[in-house]
Formats: sequence, C-alpha cells, structure tokens
Amino acid sequence: MKISLPKFFLPFSLAYCLGAQASDAVDFESQTLTIALTQEPPQLNSAKATDQVSGTVLGHLMQGLVRYDRRGNVIPGVAERWEMDEKTATFWLREDAKWSDGRPVTAHDFVFAWQRVVDPKTASEYAFILAPIKNAAEINEGKLPVTQLGAVALDDRTLQVSLARPTAYFVKLTVFNTFYPIRQDFFESRGDQYAAEAKDLLYNGPFKLTEWTHSASLKMVKNEHYWDSENISLNAIHADYITADTRARLNLYTDGKIAFTRLDGETYKDALSQRFRIRRFTTGSTFFLEYNHRPGKPTGNRNLRKAIQSVFDPDEMVNRVLATPGNLRGESLFPVWIKGVKDKFRKEYPAPQAGYNIKEAKRYLELAVKELGSIPPLVLLVSDSPTATKQGEYIQGVLLNKLGIELKIDVQTFKQRLAKMTSGEFDIVGAGWGPDFDDILTFGDLFASWNMNNRGRYNNPEYDRLVRLTMNSTDPKTRMDAMGKAQQILFDDAVVLPQYEQGVIYLLNPKIKGVARRVIGPDPDFTYARIVP
Amino acid sequence: MLVYTLKRLFAGVITVWFIATATFIAMHQVPGDPLMNDKAVSAEIRANLEAKYGLDKPVTEQYFIFLGNMLSGDFGISFTQQNRRVNDIIRDHFPISAILGLLAIFFAATGGVLWGALTAIYRNRLPDIVIMFLVILGISVPSFVFAALGQLFLVNLNSLFGQSIIPVAGWGTIWHMLMPSMVLGLGTMALLTRLMRSSMLEVVNEDYIKTARAKGLSPTRIFFRHQLRNAILPVITVLGPQIAAITTGGFVVELVFAIPGLGRYFVQAVQQLDYTVIMGTTVFYGAFLVLMVIIVDILYGFIDPRVRLS
Repeated sequence: MKISLPKFFLPFSLAYCLGAQASDAVDFESQTLTIALTQEPPQLNSAKATDQVSGTVLGHLMQGLVRYDRRGNVIPGVAERWEMDEKTATFWLREDAKWSDGRPVTAHDFVFAWQRVVDPKTASEYAFILAPIKNAAEINEGKLPVTQLGAVALDDRTLQVSLARPTAYFVKLTVFNTFYPIRQDFFESRGDQYAAEAKDLLYNGPFKLTEWTHSASLKMVKNEHYWDSENISLNAIHADYITADTRARLNLYTDGKIAFTRLDGETYKDALSQRFRIRRFTTGSTFFLEYNHRPGKPTGNRNLRKAIQSVFDPDEMVNRVLATPGNLRGESLFPVWIKGVKDKFRKEYPAPQAGYNIKEAKRYLELAVKELGSIPPLVLLVSDSPTATKQGEYIQGVLLNKLGIELKIDVQTFKQRLAKMTSGEFDIVGAGWGPDFDDILTFGDLFASWNMNNRGRYNNPEYDRLVRLTMNSTDPKTRMDAMGKAQQILFDDAVVLPQYEQGVIYLLNPKIKGVARRVIGPDPDFTYARIVP
Repeated sequence: MLVYTLKRLFAGVITVWFIATATFIAMHQVPGDPLMNDKAVSAEIRANLEAKYGLDKPVTEQYFIFLGNMLSGDFGISFTQQNRRVNDIIRDHFPISAILGLLAIFFAATGGVLWGALTAIYRNRLPDIVIMFLVILGISVPSFVFAALGQLFLVNLNSLFGQSIIPVAGWGTIWHMLMPSMVLGLGTMALLTRLMRSSMLEVVNEDYIKTARAKGLSPTRIFFRHQLRNAILPVITVLGPQIAAITTGGFVVELVFAIPGLGRYFVQAVQQLDYTVIMGTTVFYGAFLVLMVIIVDILYGFIDPRVRLS
C-alpha cells in the first residue's frame, strides 16, 4: 500500500494539533452556517447517488433544469422555459447558467449525464427514474446503445426530450439529482475518481464544495458563477461534524456549535428540559406493514388480512408506541401532502377506514380459519432499529390478544432484511416508502405487479390497469380517479396495513431564517437561508 | 536474536494469512446481499455490479483473486462508496485512529502503572480500596457510557464559562483529542492498574527485595530499580495487544465525538456487508495486531535478558 510519509504524519504534527478552534453555529458577519451530517455522503456522483445525505448535499451544489422554490413549487432552474406535449418536452436553457469554472452549462451536459445514468455500465440504481424518456429502459437493459436515448441537444441551449409515453409529471421529475447535468470533458478527465474528492466534481448550483475531509467535514461556499447568486444570502455552509449519534449532535447544538439537529425519542426529553423550541415536520414518507402475497403463504388469504386490519388502531400506534410529536396516523399508502386534481388528493379522495371492530375481525378470522384449516404462527420481519422492534412487539401483542394469532418477530440488519424481503422469507414485513418525485405515481405504482419493490408480490390485474392508466394519461381528473380507485383496492383487499406517516422533530437556531423543509428533494434546504443579527 | 526475530515474523505472516482466510469464509457465510439496496435494480444492472466487484465468479476463484490483490497491496473499491479505494480509506483514517489510540494508551499506561504501584504500596488501606473500587467501575462500565458522560461534562463546563473552553466533539486540535482519548483509555487503565497491583505484590515479597533492603538501599531506589522494573513485565505483555485493541475499538468513541477514524469504517462495513472494506480493515488491523505482539516479544528481550537466552 502506498502511504506518503508527509500525509501520514500530518495529524501528528504540532501545528496541526494547535490549529484554529471550530467556528460557531451561526455567524452574522460572514453569513456562515455550521451544521452536522448524520453520515458521510456515500456518493456525490449525481448519476449514482441514492441516499438522503448525498441528495441533500448535492441539492446545494448542483441544479437541474428546474428547481424548488422556498415553498416546494417547481420553478425554472437551468432551463428558463419549457414546452411539453404528449410526445416531446423541449427545454430552453438560460444563457447565464455556468459551471463553477465559469464555462456555460449546455444542453449537451444534460444529454451526457442522462446517457451515463441509463448506461448499464454505470449500474445506477436510479436509472428507472429516467424510464419516461424514449429508449431509456431498453438502453438500461443493454438492448440499445446509449446514443439512442431520446434526449438530444438541438443546440447549446435547446434540449429536446422524446417521451416513451405521455408523462404528465416529466418536468417535475427533472428536479431530482439523477437528472443533474455532468460535463463530459471534466467527467472523462477524472475517470474512476469522479466525485471522489472536492476537486473531482464540477458544480453548477448555488454552492460549491471547497474542502471535503472524508468522514470529518465538508465545506460549501457560495458559487460566484451561479446564475442567481445575488439571491443567495449565505456565504458558506460548513458541515463540520459527521456523526449518527443524536445525543452527540444535541450536545453540539447546546454548545452552540451547530445550527440544526434532528431529535429522537430519547433526546426529545432532554431538549424539552432545556427549553429549546422544538419544531416538527412531516417527512412525507409512509410506513406500513406489507403482507406476503406469494402463493402458499397464510397472508395470501384476504380474510386473514382483513381480520388484522379490523383490530389495528393507528391512533394507538402514533400516540402510545411512537410517542414523539409529528407523526400522523396511517390511513393510506398515499400521504396527506400528495396533490390531487385541485386540492390535496386525500381531501378529494378520503381514505376508507376500517376502524377498530372486534366483531368484524372475529368474523373474518373464522372465514380465514375455514379456508386455511388453521392459522400457523406468522413471521414479522423488521429492521434492527429500536423503533422498529418496539412497533413489532406492539403488533405482536395486538394479534395475540385480539385474534389469538401467534407472531414471531424476526429482527434483521439492513442488508439481511432486504435479502429476506426479496426472496419472500416473511409473512409480514415492516416497510416504508419515501417519495422520489412530486406526483402520485411515486407511491401509486409500488404495488403494480411489475414493480420490483413490490416485495410481497401483490398481483392484481385491476390494480395494474389503474396504474397504467395513470402513467399514460395527462388528464388530472382521469389520473386521480384511477388512483382513488387504487386506494380503495388497497383497502378492500387489505394489501398493506398503513401504520403512520413519519414526522420528525428538530431544533433550529433561531437566528436562521428561510430554511426550507421538503418532502421531496434536499431536506433541510439551506439554499435560501439567511442569518439575522 | 536475528533468528528469533525472523521466526516470529514468519509466524506472523502465516497468522495474517489465516486471519484473512477465516474472515473471507465467515464474511461469505453472513446472510444478505452486499449489492442489495433500498431500491430494487434490474437484472442487467445487477450483473454489471457483480462484474465490477468480481462477484460473478465462483467463491474459490474470488478468494484467490483476493489473495493475489492482497499480496500486491490492493484491497479494491468500497461497495458503499463506489469511487473510493479501500487503500485510500485506510490511509486517510488510520492515522487518526492511531493518534487517538496512542494518546489513550499513554493515559492508560502512565495511569495504570502509577495507580497500580500506589495500591500495592497502600495494600488494604483506604487509597487501595478507593482506587480498586474505581478500577472495578472502569472495567465494568462500557465505554459508550463514559463517552456520553464525558461529553456532557464538556457541555456543562463550556456553559459554565459561557464559551467553548474544550470542544464538545470534532477533530483537529489537541483540545479535541483530550476527552475522547481519556474515555478510550479508561478501560485499559483500569485493567493495567489491576495487573500492575498484583504483579507489584508478588515482587514485594521476593528474596531480592529483601536482599536489597538488607543492603541498605534507599526505598526510592528499591522501588524504581528493583520493584517497578520487575513488576512492569506483565504490563508490557498486554500493552502490545492493547494498543491494537484500542486503535481498533474506538468505534463508539469515534461516533460520539464525531472523529473521522478507521474504527467507524471497521464496524459499519460489517453492518453494510461492504466486502472489500471488511477484508481491507480486518487484514490491516490483523497485521497491525500481530506486529504489535512481535514488537512486544522483541522488547521483552531488552527488558528481561532471560527471555533472550531461552
């Protein structure tokens, strides 16, 4: 192994040890903000990033064709305007959009980036999100060369996208980090090292990464080449601490070293006793119990699922089991923030409720016993987090006390749980889903028979038909009607058991204004934040 | 001495090979799939990922490829950070764990020898009882409790003075290192105190101490020249492995104090089934541990000439 001696001994040197003290959480004069990250961003290559932390960091460093404003509406980004019909989408790029080295962002950069994403060699886990673009799926399966992708640069500032199917939400999709531009010459000059260090990435967003000490800190400073930089107040965001320990982050917050931290059930009480102002936010993710519908599984029986549905009380789950503020009761696969035709979807299409009904439950259970012979002990697969285990034990108690069904809890680490979910070694699994883009389909297609994330292998031709209809239609009413029916099927068939919509509680330094919390996209978003004296 | 050293080194290489092989087998026995993530991927993407990491080949072939790469000092690319080489991870983060570990060992060794000798001198009297009580506490309380308490102490200290006297977490200056290294060294210090005490007590009753006293040597001279030097041998024996254990066992302390050390990678790689990082860190730490043991063996020869003769 090559270890250069100077670098190895750097931490041991006296100058290094006696270096400057860390900066404060907020500094008005220099408009500098200091935060902590929960983990090192695993991947800053926008074509390959999949996780929340990388997405949030990238959201401050890069910009796609469109962006979110403070309130989460889609507004022009690198593209100043666009036109879309059922077959094509055309974007006109602004003249002053520039990379951090001062060169213009062109339509070619988008074409190149999108070709990298769908190239099977890149092995991007988010390639599926480009599927509405013509030939994207075929290229990703290795059936067509990347040059056949339905995205072409008509000139430096005009990008034309041919759609594989009418996609009502295509423009909203392009906010996502997988759609960010990548400049070919820079990408190729870095090879395998692309995005591995601060100098191995080119930025076109409001900030640029000037320093990245792995697992320790990321320094983001205002990008002077960003086209809208006059509307950016912050001069620097320093992510000076990286730790998953919520208590350590609360201590840093108390000590005035970081300006933002999320709380959990334990640190919540400490924060309360210190009289901090606790804020809440609903993340937009739903958590549910997913049944295994594979043939031969007891949970394939509808009456058994209906029996469980009738004894589950989402209020008890939210208030007694989770017991931290901010969570909403689980009523539907579709969270409350999803947009419908004019208003919120859940207002226009209220989710059907079973309500707690022990009589109904017993009736369903009798039918299930008749059909299955007897109910064998069921296996509930959960992740190894304390909350998941607690929820599992609650469900275990409910099933045993109310229905006399024995439930075994199978606690597994992240990868093992995924492996078992994929191979179908479970009866019920504690699962959750977060949105990737601002359209109902980001949840709706989850239980389509072809969706590989449909781990319980639910298969219903009528549900599939409704999803296809929503995918291919551009008429809001038709689409929402279809999804309304899908929501009804999910309930009638008890496909999943919604448990809660996730809420988080957090602390934010009162001197910062304009921090956006988002259900989709970088969250928290400090792009438009400013520090007041 | 040279033959002795060479023999030890050869045995060391065999040990490292054995560690690598055992880890490789154990790792592949762990259920779960290193390439699986939240979002399910198509068969083509999966095949490409498998090819990238060589998982498409039979396990035995993977093993020999791994051995070959290991001999040339290349541990491959991380599974979780797909553009970072394992060698870079070790190079970037081991020095930090090492400096933290060395400071901790410094605290532990000076403290352990001192307290141990003190308890032996004051055997069964108040200082002995108090220190031994603290030692039991140090051995039985896990490090994450000390880490949390230590950090809380700093928060209160800083709020008392109204400004940051000592940073609560993070890495960079000597001030950042004080609390984590003390917390990290605490368990070892307790262990060494107990060891030092018992070996001191043994030495106190030896004939050569009586002889020294009879000769009229000063108590200080007896203490340093005869007692301490003889009693310290077992401490040095455990010191080598303890250095390795401390520099690897800092996971919790690194997490609580937000220190970018290698310990975090070592533990998280196992949780995430990051094959290349598991192999890289385990082999590296294994080799480090073996090296420490060998160094202690050789050091023995200098401190106790009898070892050299046999």
